[in-house]
Amino acid sequence: MSYPETYRYAKSHEWLLLEGDCATVGITDYAQSSLGDIVFVELPKVGQEIEVGSTFGSVESVKAVSDLYSPVTGSVTAVNDKLNDAPDTLNKSANDTWIIKVSVKSADEAKTMLSAADYEKFVAEETGH
Amino acid sequence: MTDITSTATPAPLRRTALHTTHHGHKARMVDFGGWDMPVQYSGLIEEHMAVRTAVGIFDVSHMGDIQLRGPNSLNAVQKLLMNDASKLQIGQAHYSAMLYPNGTFVDDVILHKLGENDYLIVINAGTREKDIQWVRKAIGSMSGVHVTDVSDYYTQIAIQGPKAETTLQKLTNADLKSIKNYWFTWGKVCGIHNVLIARTGYTGEDGFEIYIPADEPTSARVWSEVLAAGAEFGIIPCGLGARNTLRLESAMALYGHEISDTLNVFEANLGRYCKLGREPEQFADFIGRDALLAVQQSGGPAKRLVGLEMIDRGIGRDGYPVFAPDGALIGEITSGSPAPFLKKNIALAYVPIAYTAPGTELGVEIRGQKVKAQVVPTPFYKRPRSAPSAPIVTAPLS
Repeated sequence: MSYPETYRYAKSHEWLLLEGDCATVGITDYAQSSLGDIVFVELPKVGQEIEVGSTFGSVESVKAVSDLYSPVTGSVTAVNDKLNDAPDTLNKSANDTWIIKVSVKSADEAKTMLSAADYEKFVAEETGH
Repeated sequence: MTDITSTATPAPLRRTALHTTHHGHKARMVDFGGWDMPVQYSGLIEEHMAVRTAVGIFDVSHMGDIQLRGPNSLNAVQKLLMNDASKLQIGQAHYSAMLYPNGTFVDDVILHKLGENDYLIVINAGTREKDIQWVRKAIGSMSGVHVTDVSDYYTQIAIQGPKAETTLQKLTNADLKSIKNYWFTWGKVCGIHNVLIARTGYTGEDGFEIYIPADEPTSARVWSEVLAAGAEFGIIPCGLGARNTLRLESAMALYGHEISDTLNVFEANLGRYCKLGREPEQFADFIGRDALLAVQQSGGPAKRLVGLEMIDRGIGRDGYPVFAPDGALIGEITSGSPAPFLKKNIALAYVPIAYTAPGTELGVEIRGQKVKAQVVPTPFYKRPRSAPSAPIVTAPLS
């Protein structure tokens, strides 16, 4: 498992990279590993307004469905359409595979997210290892 | 993302003799009917494909086994089970079910005729205690039949896939080629005498289930010898996740999903395994028969299990509601999943008879959104039959 230090992390297992007011959102390496073979990604529409903590889509493995929660408030500026045909890209490289890009209302929300080190600690506590 | 971490286990889970072996493979474990079982090892899709294209190995020791012996055992089996056990020869097995008086399911089973007056009923893990109690209650008063719960005597290993025979043949003196589907024999396996070797399984693929002594060293040794024997074909350990998708592609019922104590035999589309007209007269009756005859006489069931294939994008899953074209709620999916080999999203669902014809377009509600699906014939997947074992006669060149 690897968690890039430039990303911020949500306890609901999304990563976020903030560049100016543009946030790029994906799921963590731990999330993809826990889910197993990802076979379906439900994406929002470009232009959709999303709020922090609200669901903006879902990721499905063969066995399970998992909602995606937005770590920030803003509007969706881009969705990664390639995931419709190749959802397993998330298994192959979760850190390099973005799901949506968001024009954020306030950069402050991202600041409350976990650092890579804190997220790793959180995952360790959650899994009891 | 939520709900992807497992919560702490409440009660102590039961373990098979291969528990340590599974941890050695770094399997992901889950609570399955009170058992700590591997749900996947290297990955569900990879495991599923190994069984369809080569060979996979499963620990199915959580399955239960009830042995019925004695001069009256055939009468007891005939009273308990809906198929006609008098048709079985020694060394033969068949699919059957234990029913409640109202024609719904106690459990579905595989019945093996081990000898004259000696039968083995293989039952589901999650229903073990209920089943054994039911058997004792239903035939406890009969003389000349002795009921034994032999579940904990065996480690049951399934070797499944087109390369299962070649893999297992390296480890046994039994002539596997001569064992027909749903027949079994006893042979020496990995040096152990009198191992029950059955050409059965729950994957829709060719394969074997072997019953070996349930001690840990023996179980672990046989497991690793099977893995070594299958290495040239790319054998991998397979978990309950792949077992579920494999049986779903083959449209095999799972207790608690397609069959339960609220669904009857005809609804579950299992009438072909239910023999209402057994002869002679002494074998005619079984528990549940009267109710099923009444269903038959009233024109059959009102609803039936069908196969669905999703037309629109989306995966119909267990419990999702099913709608008629006019929007009326008509049923529910009992098992639904992506089908890794077929590369389609498939499901089994109960719908009223009027909507059971293949080609019928229905709606499935996926988390608030209605998407299209259509009724398709089952099984979704049928394995290619291998060429007959007789030599292939070709026309002479002239």
